[in-house]
Amino acid sequence: MPDLKLPDIDYGALAPMLILLGAACLGVLFEALVPKARRHGFQLGLALLATVAALVTVIIERNTRIITIGGAVAIDGPTLFLQGSILMLGLVSLLLIGERTVEAGGAFVSQAAVTVGSQKDLRQAGGQPGATEVYPLTIFSLGGMLLFVSANDLLTMFVALEVLSLPLYLLCALARRRRLLSQEAALKYFLLGSYASAFFLFGVALLYGYSGGVDLAAIHNAVADPNRSEVLLYAGLALVAIGLLFKSAAAPFHVWTPDVYQGAPTPITALMAACTKVAAFGALLRVLYVAFEGVRWDFQPVLGVIAILTMLIGAVLAVTQTDMKRLLAYSSIANAGYLLVGVLALNKEGLSSTMFYLVAYGFSVLAAFGVVSLVRDAEGEATHLSRWAGLGRKSPLLAGVFSFILLAFAGIPLTSGFTSKFAVFGAAIDGGQTWLVIVGVITSMVLAFPYLRVIVMMWLQEPGENTPTVSIPGFLTSAALAIGVIATFALGVIPAPLLDLTNDAAQFVR
Amino acid sequence: MKDFPFLSILTLLPLVGAAVVAFIPRGKGGLAKTVALAWSLVVLALSIVMWVAFQVGGDRFQFRESYQWIPTWDARFTFATDGIALVMLVLIAVLVPLVILASWNDVDETQRSVPTYFALLLTLECTMIGVFAAADVFLFYVFFEVMLVPMYFIIGSYGGQRRQYAAVKFFLYSLVGGLFMLAAVIGLWVVGGHTFDWANLKDASAAFETNTARWLFLGFFIAFAVKAPFFPFHTWLPDAGVAAPAPAAALLVGVMDKVGTFGILRYCLPIFPEASRWFAPAALVLGVIGIIYAALLAVGQNDLKRLVSYTSIAHFGFIGIGIFAFTTQAGTGSVLYMVNHGLATGLLFLVVGMFVARRGSALVSDFGGAGKLVPVLAGVLFFAGLASLALPGTAPFVSEFLVLIGTFATHKVYAVIATAGIILAAAYVLWMFQRTTQGTLNPALNDVPAMHKDITLREKLVVAPLVLLLLLLGFYPKPVTDVINPAVQATMQDVGKTDPAPTAVANGKVAR
Repeated sequence: MPDLKLPDIDYGALAPMLILLGAACLGVLFEALVPKARRHGFQLGLALLATVAALVTVIIERNTRIITIGGAVAIDGPTLFLQGSILMLGLVSLLLIGERTVEAGGAFVSQAAVTVGSQKDLRQAGGQPGATEVYPLTIFSLGGMLLFVSANDLLTMFVALEVLSLPLYLLCALARRRRLLSQEAALKYFLLGSYASAFFLFGVALLYGYSGGVDLAAIHNAVADPNRSEVLLYAGLALVAIGLLFKSAAAPFHVWTPDVYQGAPTPITALMAACTKVAAFGALLRVLYVAFEGVRWDFQPVLGVIAILTMLIGAVLAVTQTDMKRLLAYSSIANAGYLLVGVLALNKEGLSSTMFYLVAYGFSVLAAFGVVSLVRDAEGEATHLSRWAGLGRKSPLLAGVFSFILLAFAGIPLTSGFTSKFAVFGAAIDGGQTWLVIVGVITSMVLAFPYLRVIVMMWLQEPGENTPTVSIPGFLTSAALAIGVIATFALGVIPAPLLDLTNDAAQFVR
Repeated sequence: MKDFPFLSILTLLPLVGAAVVAFIPRGKGGLAKTVALAWSLVVLALSIVMWVAFQVGGDRFQFRESYQWIPTWDARFTFATDGIALVMLVLIAVLVPLVILASWNDVDETQRSVPTYFALLLTLECTMIGVFAAADVFLFYVFFEVMLVPMYFIIGSYGGQRRQYAAVKFFLYSLVGGLFMLAAVIGLWVVGGHTFDWANLKDASAAFETNTARWLFLGFFIAFAVKAPFFPFHTWLPDAGVAAPAPAAALLVGVMDKVGTFGILRYCLPIFPEASRWFAPAALVLGVIGIIYAALLAVGQNDLKRLVSYTSIAHFGFIGIGIFAFTTQAGTGSVLYMVNHGLATGLLFLVVGMFVARRGSALVSDFGGAGKLVPVLAGVLFFAGLASLALPGTAPFVSEFLVLIGTFATHKVYAVIATAGIILAAAYVLWMFQRTTQGTLNPALNDVPAMHKDITLREKLVVAPLVLLLLLLGFYPKPVTDVINPAVQATMQDVGKTDPAPTAVANGKVAR
């Protein structure tokens, strides 16, 4: 019997993922071993430590450009940049998740499996400490995201997709208040997410039939060969793309987004809006740029239509929203459209500007949901728009911060929202996609209206009896807010360092 | 002296002042006002030094500075000023202290933070200076958009009735125009060889494809037409003018809207000469419609602030036809008009604001015979009105005259129709004056204690400099025209239109 040839493994390059997944397993052990009263501190500490450690290893590995572990994982510029982004945004999300002073016990339910509305449920809503399983779950999810953006074959990508999704489905169901809404969100997310996974897997199977392999380089080579079945190629590409577009909340695969964003605990919504978006677009970029570069002219118009649809639906429906979290959800859909505009530039600038956009948007959206988690009354968060009237009088600082973030979403200069939009639109015009930019500009105008309306409500209306109090933010939320706002401002005023970084990183290995 | 970074300091100075004022605690409104006024006077002093240091007949662009900003896109902090921008910079520096002084008692301290209001005014000054001083298209766009934010909060938080509606309308209109420009800016960057430098773009523009250049021109033009505002993009201005506090409205139409006409002169004409010539007939028609239409609407207004807003729209029509007539005379007239209109309409808004503050209403029908109670203030209103209708001897006369004869040289019909606007101007100004201050005293006015108080010392300080400047420039406009003229000539050369030969004189020579 011949010796089994094991693939070479570069453990250094895999270290960030190994650290996170290892820490997540350790976190599960903590759940069993650490006394209940001290679990929260232990778990939060472990999660933060693991994320920082992973970030440090990413920085140490910043010059690595290899394909390792038998072609399953590619560590290159985009991978490392996106992994770094996910870890930084994840760190800020963890701060929001760990906050326990704003609401007694934190944003999470203490025991998920309690009948909604029962005495037990009311007691837990009253202030029992929240579940600490959220930390290992979050870390698992972050680990899956790191693998998702580095996967060099479609099966690895599928595994990563599940590793990042399954914890998120659970996390969505863990809101302390409005349990039914939260459970419904989780169920919706789970069902639709499973369909998307199935589509993805079916697409992988078709592509395997097409190219005889699942790694991206094999598909790339097969695309260059004109003698193969085009049906398998296009069907496979379409199904794989559906799976990825679902995660990135692009129309018409966006329908889960408003419900899930609204129902999930706000820190988890922030995590999804920032980190999941990075992971989804990272994978989309890799698949399109590495495997399907040869058929770019074929998928470009189709994805272009999807981008236009996404921008239009996101912008137009955002105008009609009356709930803050739903408004931000539709805004996030529209932003997915702008990101697609960058993706479709299909040049180096497209890659680097999309990565820039992801980071800039991630920090802004984290700060936005941080603010949402602070505006609350006895019933929990007050997310109905009418409740925000006159907030500027009651708490000018918070309203100022939120106005600034909204101006960034509207793309006003001196905020990251402007520089990032400028970057993707510039790349798209450079790539000959003027029509996408025109739609992008028009939808930006439409989208400015809901943001402006919120600013008007906060500053220009008298506070009513219904205007909720604003909680004094705890240290963790304050830190998250400060990081988000500073990043939004800094990337608007001095974007050069990050632009250079994305430019240097914008090269896939194949 | 030459290497002194005038423009960046002039731009940043008000922002620093705004930061200082913003940190003054809410209760100490008086301190905030004083600091803001002193600060704006320093800015004024610096601008006057610049005016003196500017070499008439020297380089087209002076005080050039350039600093690295975003190397990936080649966006730089490039500042430079030509004669056109210089006069606007000085106009801003002159108006802002007067506006601050005029706003002295406008903000009710129990309702609204006084320091914030004055900090917003200074922030606005920073952005307005920046927009005129920028010589980098990206930087220009940044200032152009950011300018909206302080004005939005001034209108929205400190304005009168319907302020929310007006603030949102103002913001959305300008933002929509701005986004058209954003698309054009990106397009210009791509076809212009990935640079934002004004001079480089102008050089590159010769190679633009005709259609591309026309689209890009339209992107810029729409933004500037909304800002200016030209008919039919003007509908936001009356609402904003009514809702804004009167001193802020003076700044809005006096300076901020000039960014539109300035942008056409600085960006549309030199960078897209062919497209400008192609579009000129349409622009002239819009200008003439604006003159007549807005003047007619002004005649029928019952709200003083709305009336003044409509007169502004009519005046912007004059500036527009002066620019697109493509003669040096008309162009010089337009730029001079930009200055004089800033002074005259600024004065008109400020005086109207004084009336409104006394009466608590801006409706013409709520006045009537007010001249019997406040004769001096009524006199100032009369003067401001006469200046606004361009009576000979006041500064706007010179500019209107230049625009009309300059336009007449190339476009006789438009000049003749536009002249009808002058008659309408006399109608709306005189009728407004008559209905508010002349005739029998409206008995309701007697019951308003504030109406018995004639112009105060503070108000005299506000109006005196403007009255003096209007008279001075009416009789002796040379210092301003000397600065403007070379820049306008250069701009007209960029468009490729030289002045038509003065035929009458030439024929005379042949005959002799």
